[in-house]
Amino acid sequence: MFIINCPYCGERDQTEFSCGGEAHIERPKQPTELSDDQWAEYLFMRKNIKGVQFERWNHIHGCRKWFNVVRDTSNDKIHAVYKMGERPPVK
Amino acid sequence: MSNNLRINKNNFIDQTVRISFKFNGKKLFGYKGDTLASALLANNIHLVGRSFKYHRPRGIMTCGSEEPNAIVQVGKDPALTDPNVRATEIELYEGLEAFSQNCWPSVNFDIGGINNFLSPLLPAGFYYKTFMWPASFWEKYEFFIRHSAGLGKSPTEPDQDLYDHQFVHCDVLVIGGGISGILSAKLSAEKGLNTMLIDDKSYLGGSTIYQDDDIFKINNETSNVWLKNQIEKLKKIPNLKIKNRTSVAAFHGYNYLLARENLTDHLSINERKEKIRQRLLKIRAKKVVIATGAIERPLIFSNNDRPGIILSSSIKKYIDYYGVKTGENISLFTNNDSAYETAISLNKSGVKVKIIIDIRENPSSILSEKIEKTGIKILRGHTITNTDGYKRIKSIDVMKLSKDGENVVGNKTTYKCDCLGISGGWTPMVHLFTQSGGKLKFRNNDNVFIPDENKTPSEQISVGSSNGDFELDDVIINTVKNIKIFLGLDKNDYENLDIKCSKEKQKRNIWLLPSNKPISKSKPFLDFQNDSTAKDVKLALREGFKSIEHVKRYTTTGMGTDQGKLSNMHALGIIADTTGTNMGELGTTTFRPPYTPLTFGAIVGRNVGEFFDHTRRTAIHDWHVENKAEFENVGQWKRPWYFPKNGETMYQAVQRESKAARESAGILDASTLGKIDIQGEDASEFLNRVYTNAWSKLAIGKCRYGLMLNEDGMVYDDGVTTRLGENHYIMTTTTGGAANVLSKLEDYLQTEWPELNVYLTTVTDQYSTMSICGPNSKKIIKKIIPSLDLSDESFPHMSFKNSKIDNVNCRIMRISFTGEHSYEINVQSNYAKDVWEKCIEAGKEFNITPYGTETMHLLRAEKGFIITGQDTDGTLTPSDLQMDWIIGKKKYDFIGKRSLYRSDTIREDRKQLVGLLTDDPKEVLEEGAQLVESLEKPIDMLGHVTSSYFSPNLNKSIALAVVRSGKKLKGKKLIVPMENKNINVTITDTVFYDKENKRLNA
Repeated sequence: MFIINCPYCGERDQTEFSCGGEAHIERPKQPTELSDDQWAEYLFMRKNIKGVQFERWNHIHGCRKWFNVVRDTSNDKIHAVYKMGERPPVK
Repeated sequence: MSNNLRINKNNFIDQTVRISFKFNGKKLFGYKGDTLASALLANNIHLVGRSFKYHRPRGIMTCGSEEPNAIVQVGKDPALTDPNVRATEIELYEGLEAFSQNCWPSVNFDIGGINNFLSPLLPAGFYYKTFMWPASFWEKYEFFIRHSAGLGKSPTEPDQDLYDHQFVHCDVLVIGGGISGILSAKLSAEKGLNTMLIDDKSYLGGSTIYQDDDIFKINNETSNVWLKNQIEKLKKIPNLKIKNRTSVAAFHGYNYLLARENLTDHLSINERKEKIRQRLLKIRAKKVVIATGAIERPLIFSNNDRPGIILSSSIKKYIDYYGVKTGENISLFTNNDSAYETAISLNKSGVKVKIIIDIRENPSSILSEKIEKTGIKILRGHTITNTDGYKRIKSIDVMKLSKDGENVVGNKTTYKCDCLGISGGWTPMVHLFTQSGGKLKFRNNDNVFIPDENKTPSEQISVGSSNGDFELDDVIINTVKNIKIFLGLDKNDYENLDIKCSKEKQKRNIWLLPSNKPISKSKPFLDFQNDSTAKDVKLALREGFKSIEHVKRYTTTGMGTDQGKLSNMHALGIIADTTGTNMGELGTTTFRPPYTPLTFGAIVGRNVGEFFDHTRRTAIHDWHVENKAEFENVGQWKRPWYFPKNGETMYQAVQRESKAARESAGILDASTLGKIDIQGEDASEFLNRVYTNAWSKLAIGKCRYGLMLNEDGMVYDDGVTTRLGENHYIMTTTTGGAANVLSKLEDYLQTEWPELNVYLTTVTDQYSTMSICGPNSKKIIKKIIPSLDLSDESFPHMSFKNSKIDNVNCRIMRISFTGEHSYEINVQSNYAKDVWEKCIEAGKEFNITPYGTETMHLLRAEKGFIITGQDTDGTLTPSDLQMDWIIGKKKYDFIGKRSLYRSDTIREDRKQLVGLLTDDPKEVLEEGAQLVESLEKPIDMLGHVTSSYFSPNLNKSIALAVVRSGKKLKGKKLIVPMENKNINVTITDTVFYDKENKRLNA
């Protein structure tokens, strides 16, 4: 049970948040132009890294804002938190 | 009570307060301050239980949470009885009743004891090997295996005790109230840090608090006196909280810990009333100090499990702390100096110590010299090869060890004794450290795993013997030094203490001691609770198990309620020795929470019964209760299910309600449907993107049904959305989907389409909805709002008007989920019950009939309307539901659109929604029943029934189902095989009633 520093509310317990999976998977602007394989890549393919991973989190029992978290999945250490639309910090 | 086993010398037991208790029905007594174990020993009772597999007699072996044998059932009350309680931990209280476990008919005569003689036939993996075939017999075997397994008995009635949860925040949490914990807590609190000190015992001070020998001195006081003074000072510090009888169960990341505080288990039954039994502390600490100490190891030799064989440090605690002699004729067996401390304590208390057997050749130290002066015989370089005595140890066989320790040499000598103290060294309690993610390192000279300071998670530290310091001076000096750095302290009083203690000079360790008998003829127990022996571990290795985790599971070593606190190190040592591996490379098994078992009560706290989950009730709920509704749980909502009249069954009530709704008028409380208010200049564009159909051209004042998909093209939710203004919509969702739909919409708005100017607000609770349907619904609305123009021209189907009922603003939608002419009235929730009652009053002359969810489901099924979540399951596309009409072909994009023509979603043999009619119109199918084409094996499942009812309006049974290639199978005969009959059905259209939709405008 880790603590997440919500960029809008500050440090809160993990129970207030829900994870939305891998970050920076942008919805294709023109889905109809894509082949089945390309669409499947967007739709289904997710990394599941042991180590530093970029994730989407939602402060669902708080301000309900979505934001990004850089988390090491092997020890839950959070390296950075940043708002949607902001550039990810360099590794 | 044999009074001669209790000595009168200590400050810890209040011998003026006698406490009576019962063990296996026998009335006994002890004193205030006793544990059940110390009181039993004072009554000369060693035999307390039978072992798990061989039913061997077992006695009290320790004095703490590591106890493997003395686990008892406490209490007889079917609601309050507590299984698997460690007798060494439970404090004695007036009226305590405890029973031995795992024995029948009694602990003294146990039929299962036969297993002991069968033990050559019961090796590790016996059950796996024996009961493999024939496979179909497993159910029969299982009955007997389950019957003979298990320890205590669960309560059979609900727990009446109260449990609580509490969040705790502190700067520094110190776990363990022994000398290193006391020093850490004091240094932390004196620095002004908000500190919490937790200990699982009822007192503070660990084992030092009864170490009164003058070998151990701090600043010229004996160590116990010095520590007692420190504790007195500690208790006066205001920013320090002390929690006794509290055991840390789990240490998670980010310094989040769970601890169980026992509040009433030590009180008599009468004193417990109205009190909280246990509290689960959820602790978030900035820094954590682990000072959990170490536990003594046993020694592994043949028949090392007899009652009367006790860890030597426990014998010392029983004599020094509880004032209880564990025997009259005690021998000690050791590989380290600890047993000499025990001998000193026993000697002072006048207990005869006949002999100390030490496997070391030259263990000279201050302690051993002191013992030698007393004349106690020390046999150096010797080992015990066997013991005798069934229900209590009677004698030991001693032989000399060879130089390399692999064999025994010379002649066997037998010594009589009634108690044997054993000491195999010490194991640091690193459970919490590793739970938190810390890694261990192996120290070769004394064979211990200790925290690796380079692989310790941040903001925590291990001190004292849990960090591998076992001598008094090392403990104090290193604790003070490390805490100073950890907390960033200045100089302090503890840096220049004058400490005197004995130092161990020689170490020798043999994991499995040799015997004059081959190992196959001996019983060297490793895990006392699970009855696994060194033989079992060796067998597992011979059979090819290499990983310690596999050996553990195969032999069950370390898998009892004590989690192998005593056995794991020896199992590792024997594996390392046998395979020629270094223990450090072998690693340990994983330490998992909880450190000691938690009650389910503590885990769930107050979240039981009506507090298990939130209950949501509509604003009209009280009317439903007054009118005898039966309720159905829909998510957290309580929805009226049906309104039985005059003792009607559910079937009768639903038939009546359904007929009334179609023949005259029905009214439904639809307030639970999710309602999302959507505003902003891009609201129309937003709806275009989230629904499959087009929204831009929807006129203000009109309603439209929408289907929402996931990106994978599967139907997610549905509902009617109304355009209230140019940039203002109100969306309805399914009852169960409301929260998730809002989250999904917010997600897209915030992350994918931040350029859209749209605001979403949930108004589910703010508005209540009542739906009036049936041919007389128009007349009823007319009566309530005479001024409203209800003509089809002015107020056609799928449109909305703002209006007022008396002075209450309301939104009226002409929409229908039943296929009847119907209206939905939406009002602010605080007026809802009043408006509802007005509708009922106005509808009286038309026999307006309130109906619940069951009738609603039936009526919509007659019309073939789907319920998402009942007829869909996240695997159906709109096309699978025969709803191709709702897909906006001209729309460039919407959520899920691209997935509608993936190779998988365009397959023609997907499961598709169809109607079903039974050949016998009276036969009602079961929802979930399977559909097949023929009964010839192998039978191919084609699909299943999703909705099924007897329709009173059609006077026949109707059903919806999903069937492979169903769209092409209209008219096809299928079979629904049930347990005792096969039902013939025919695939039909999904719409059963009023296919032309004439009734909408009737």
